Amino acid sequence: MSTAVGDIHHDHHHHKPSGITRWLFTTNHKDIGSLYLWFSFLMFLTGGAMAMVIRAELFQPGLQLVEPHFFNQMTTVHGLIMVFGAVMPAFTGLANWMIPMMIGAPDMALPRMNNWSFWILPFAFAILLSSLFMPGGGPAFGWTFYAPLSTTYSPDSTALFVFSIHIMGISSIMGAINVIVTIMNMRAPGMNYMKMPLFVWTWFITAFLLIAVMPVLAGAVTMVLTDKYFGTSFFDAAGGGDPVMFQHIFWFFGHPEVYIMILPSFGIISAIIPAFTRKRLFGYSSMVYATASIAVLSFLVWAHHMFTTGMPVFAELFFMYCTMLIAVPTGVKVFNWVATMWRGAMTFETPMLFALAFVILFTIGGFSGLMLAITPVDFQYHDTYFVVAHFHYVLVTGAIFSIMAACYYWLPKWSGHMYDEVLARWHFWLSVISVNVLFFPMHFAGLAGMPRRIPDYSVQFADINQIVSIGGFAFGLTQLLFLYIVVKCVRKGKPAPAKPWEGAEGLEWTVPSPAPYHTFETPPKID
Amino acid sequence: MKTIPVVTVGALTSVPTYAETQLNLTRGVTDISARVFDLHMTIFYICCVIGVLVFGAMFISMYLHRKSRGAKPASFHESVKVEVLWTVIPFLILVGMAIPATQTLIAMEDPSDADLTVQITGSQWKWHYKYFGHEVEYFSLLATQQEQIRNKFDKGENYLLEVDRPLVVPTGQKIRFLVTSDDVIHSWWVPDFAVKKDANPGFINEAWTRIEEPGIYRGQCAELCGKDHGFMPIVVIAKSPAEFDQWMQETEAQQRKAKEEEQRLLAMQMDKDELMDLGEKIYLANCAACHQPTGEGVPGVFPALKGSAIASKKEHLPDHIEIVVHGKSGTAMQAFGAQLSLRELAAVITYERNAWGNDTGDLVQAADVNQHMNQ
Amino acid sequence: MAEKHASYYVPAQSPWPIVGAIGLGLIAFGAGHTVLDVSKQQEGYGSTVLSAGLVVIAVMLFGWFRDQINESMRGLYSDQLGNSYRQGMAWFIFSEVMFFAAFFGALFYARMVAVPWLGGASNNAMTNEVLWPTFDAIWPLVKTPGGTETQAMGWYGLPLINTAILVTSSFTCHFAHMGLEKGKRGQLKLFLGLTIILGAIFLYLQGAEYVHAYHELGLTLQSGVYGNTFYLLTGFHGMHVTLGTLMLIIMFLRILKGHFSADNHFAFQATSWYWHFVDAVWIALFVIVYVL
Ligand code: HEA
Ligand code: HEA
Ligand code: CUA
Ligand SMILES: [Cu+2]
Repeated sequence: MSTAVGDIHHDHHHHKPSGITRWLFTTNHKDIGSLYLWFSFLMFLTGGAMAMVIRAELFQPGLQLVEPHFFNQMTTVHGLIMVFGAVMPAFTGLANWMIPMMIGAPDMALPRMNNWSFWILPFAFAILLSSLFMPGGGPAFGWTFYAPLSTTYSPDSTALFVFSIHIMGISSIMGAINVIVTIMNMRAPGMNYMKMPLFVWTWFITAFLLIAVMPVLAGAVTMVLTDKYFGTSFFDAAGGGDPVMFQHIFWFFGHPEVYIMILPSFGIISAIIPAFTRKRLFGYSSMVYATASIAVLSFLVWAHHMFTTGMPVFAELFFMYCTMLIAVPTGVKVFNWVATMWRGAMTFETPMLFALAFVILFTIGGFSGLMLAITPVDFQYHDTYFVVAHFHYVLVTGAIFSIMAACYYWLPKWSGHMYDEVLARWHFWLSVISVNVLFFPMHFAGLAGMPRRIPDYSVQFADINQIVSIGGFAFGLTQLLFLYIVVKCVRKGKPAPAKPWEGAEGLEWTVPSPAPYHTFETPPKID
Repeated sequence: MKTIPVVTVGALTSVPTYAETQLNLTRGVTDISARVFDLHMTIFYICCVIGVLVFGAMFISMYLHRKSRGAKPASFHESVKVEVLWTVIPFLILVGMAIPATQTLIAMEDPSDADLTVQITGSQWKWHYKYFGHEVEYFSLLATQQEQIRNKFDKGENYLLEVDRPLVVPTGQKIRFLVTSDDVIHSWWVPDFAVKKDANPGFINEAWTRIEEPGIYRGQCAELCGKDHGFMPIVVIAKSPAEFDQWMQETEAQQRKAKEEEQRLLAMQMDKDELMDLGEKIYLANCAACHQPTGEGVPGVFPALKGSAIASKKEHLPDHIEIVVHGKSGTAMQAFGAQLSLRELAAVITYERNAWGNDTGDLVQAADVNQHMNQ
Repeated sequence: MAEKHASYYVPAQSPWPIVGAIGLGLIAFGAGHTVLDVSKQQEGYGSTVLSAGLVVIAVMLFGWFRDQINESMRGLYSDQLGNSYRQGMAWFIFSEVMFFAAFFGALFYARMVAVPWLGGASNNAMTNEVLWPTFDAIWPLVKTPGGTETQAMGWYGLPLINTAILVTSSFTCHFAHMGLEKGKRGQLKLFLGLTIILGAIFLYLQGAEYVHAYHELGLTLQSGVYGNTFYLLTGFHGMHVTLGTLMLIIMFLRILKGHFSADNHFAFQATSWYWHFVDAVWIALFVIVYVL
């Protein structure tokens, strides 16, 4: 390679490399973006398949399909894969594709590191999944891996879990550094901070959160490793440690992590709603400030996951108040979106449908979040299906829906083809109905007292679980339709114009569709 | 703690009686649980109202401001006034929620001046109750039969929510719970009391309740604690103080007698069949969850006993007794000396040393175990 | 403006990132299995895979940096790319800070919360009374609730000397940097060499301190949270010093080969930042772990 450095530099302006090395050696943000997106989809199917195992086992009371120990592995790995394998890489993929185009840059700031960040992921997840086949099975202690269940009482394979999390973390940190540096350093002249599209802003803040908390997760898994294998007692009272300390460290990472999985969604929705209402986003600057306040507050609320651990009252109160406060900036966002729609001229193409569903369903998830924040009542909700319902509303109808909206919105730009609008609407309506059949009744199961992470339950929950499982299978199958639509669109379809959406704004729509392999090698003019 | 009185199971009722589906939080049977319930409903209604307003506005504009209806986009895109408004109003609503929440929380976290103290210790996968000031303590295990879980028998009404020995407490008195654990984190939860407290190994958390209604209240472990997390229910029976006192006296007497019986049995020799029969029963109830009924364990998590040095080599007999009695620290192996009688320990050790092709021929007697314990 | 930006530089394709990914994958897989093998005292392929991973990473670093240096020497890089590197390095260091923060957090929690609670503080009176009746909360935790005993590590003596060494090395590093910026290669080499030597002495003394702790104080990795936090903090710091020293040595070699100029020396600058960062961590460590 090195001999050709100069030449390649010269002629990569003209044609793109081909063959397998295009993907293995690539420094192109669009290629890397596509890799991330496909990888994320693969992980979504994998994690989804595990969810199907969970739902099948829970279809009826009694143990039918899997043993409890395996069930716990499914729950755990489902959570890990969806969080670290599906949602986060999907957002990084979108960031790769869109941020350079949105700020008028030719590529990410550190393209080779970009490639490295991506290619770590397949290895990390291969290692994680391989542990499922080891004697004793894979991680079975929940995606939150509370000590000492994850230390003294965990399966042998825990060391592999630990190291796979380590390298996932390295990947995320490098990805985040790349995003931040790109935004700080690669904006086209005139693209000042307060002109950046909100997707760029939200990712900017997300990247900061990532760099701040992924290392803390690395610290947490390291302590799990030494506690399990090297005789330390961070989480063992006999040595002066405390199992609850694990939870503090984990959730110091974990809570910002959940906002890492939603802030980019806010950016996506803030791009799509104005486009299909043909009206400027309401309250741009308050959107930016709200995002920043959510990020700051996210460092002060972690212990709302730990209300039942026996913290002193003043700590419980502090974390309750801070958590409740987050409703304010989030509310500002929701209100701004509604105000954007108000007196616009709306049309309802698929991206918009998903965006509208996002606003409603995410808000419902937010409401249940607020209920969880009320400490005395959380004593009843905690570790029940009410929590499961809450986080699937914010994650599936929140994060995942926004990712699907983004795919439909930008697919024409990526592939140069229009997707099949009729099928896409089918996909939307089937998804939105089945997802509510899937997750809404979980609220009732939780309130009625069904704990989470159990492979079998008492008969009073039988009806609800049956409905939930049916919704789950339907939602899962519907996602295969999504796969079909995307593949079809990538291969052929009506050619897309440079700007297929009448009301869309932003630099990405000024280049042809599909976006040329290299965009903005001379910076665009920004007014 | 000798033979385990198995509380009735629903095996007799052949039709599965699916209890009426409950959809909301329980109001419970204590003052606190009622306050929690009211708080829950209040926040819920507030969220509903906000939801109706926000989604209402959305749907109205989706209907009125559609392009297909000829809507022309307006051009406004900011207004400091409304933005301040919709920052301040939610904030005030939140303050309104926080006040009753704070009051309830402070009331819940005050376990002082209790009339009765019970120490609750979770372990994989059972609860242990110990009454302070009385000589009564016992384990409480799931009583549902494996056959129901494995779908061989029909499921009873209290499927998975029934235990062999429920916790018994008096009504109308302030009961303080000291919650802790022997191994991983569990969480002791009875919805009717609105009490859910994590059982953290090495630490004691306090909670309390005052039950107004006599009755049977059921709950479950609420923190993932390993394989059988779904199978460690909680049953509490609240009796009137008089009945409770009577129960307490009877139980104290019973436990005292059991201890004496134990000593008497030391002199007795059991024959092999007797040991093996009892041993198998104890093994299946206490050990098979991890080491498996076949003695093969779960590779990588729970060691096999079949063919293992400790259970199949004659010279390891003392080690075998030691590990069963005192457990192995740093692993899931518990100290069964605290849970089983000497006779049961002797039987189960004998069983392990003579089942699945482990044929040491060793017969362990209660006296041997007792001697080991007193060393 | 357009002039300047016409020189946006997008690095060409490179095989090194994926080699790096394979290397990290092997390291993670190998390290996992090594830990397993060691803990079960069994023979396994863990350490082989781990070593292979380390070799791959070494090859990757060598190849990647070689390409990078070649490209840089050929003047392909723009100022903008230089800025990207600098900012990237700064954020990387920030992530390292947060990594240490996790362990400082653990130390803080153990000392201010866990140990006092085990001794009965806050809402934990019963914890002490029922579970650990003989335990007294003191710090350093020379006797754990479980009964493990150890001795505390003082701050005078080796740790103090080590502090002096590292602080000095931060200055020498800075002087070296000034030498580079002023074009005084002699000063550069002298002070850089000194920095490396100081780093090596620090590491040697750190090793001596561990030996002392293990053999004379009975302070081991297993002696409860005091030992745990002590070794993990100083240990990870030591690993960073080792890495920093290696980086300094590479800089030294490159300087001998005549690399870097007064206004183009990103690699050197990054190394020196890293060194200052390692130094700052030590000062925090010295104050919090040893003195307080
Ligand atoms: C994308 C991910 C995401 C997001 C965005 C959120 C958002 C929120 N979450 Fe959630 N949460 C999770 C993911 C997420 N959560 C996960 C994964 C878990 C479980 C982890 C585990 O244990 O496995 C969890 C668990 C969890 C708990 C712990 C429950 C328990 O275990 O007992 C709590 C408790 O406070 C909580 C609260 C909140 C709150 C207050 C918000 C707020 O940000 C919501 C704010 C939004 C709104 C309130 C709606 C819009 C606002 C308005 C319309 C304004 C007006 C409204 C009012 C004034 C009411 N969450
Ligand atoms: C972004 C994150 C994310 C996403 C997208 C999902 C998606 C889904 N989740 Fe999950 N979930 C979590 C994050 C997520 N989850 C987390 C963090 C936990 C907590 C883990 C823990 O407790 O530690 C959890 C836990 C969890 C539980 C609780 C388990 C327990 O407590 O024991 C359940 C139970 O129903 C569940 C179900 C589902 C279902 C049905 C989907 C569906 O939306 C999935 C739909 C997708 C597919 C199905 C894939 C596509 C289709 C195919 C592959 C074809 C095959 C299809 C069929 C055979 C029908 N999830
Ligand atoms: Cu015990 Cu869950
Ligand atoms: Cu949270």
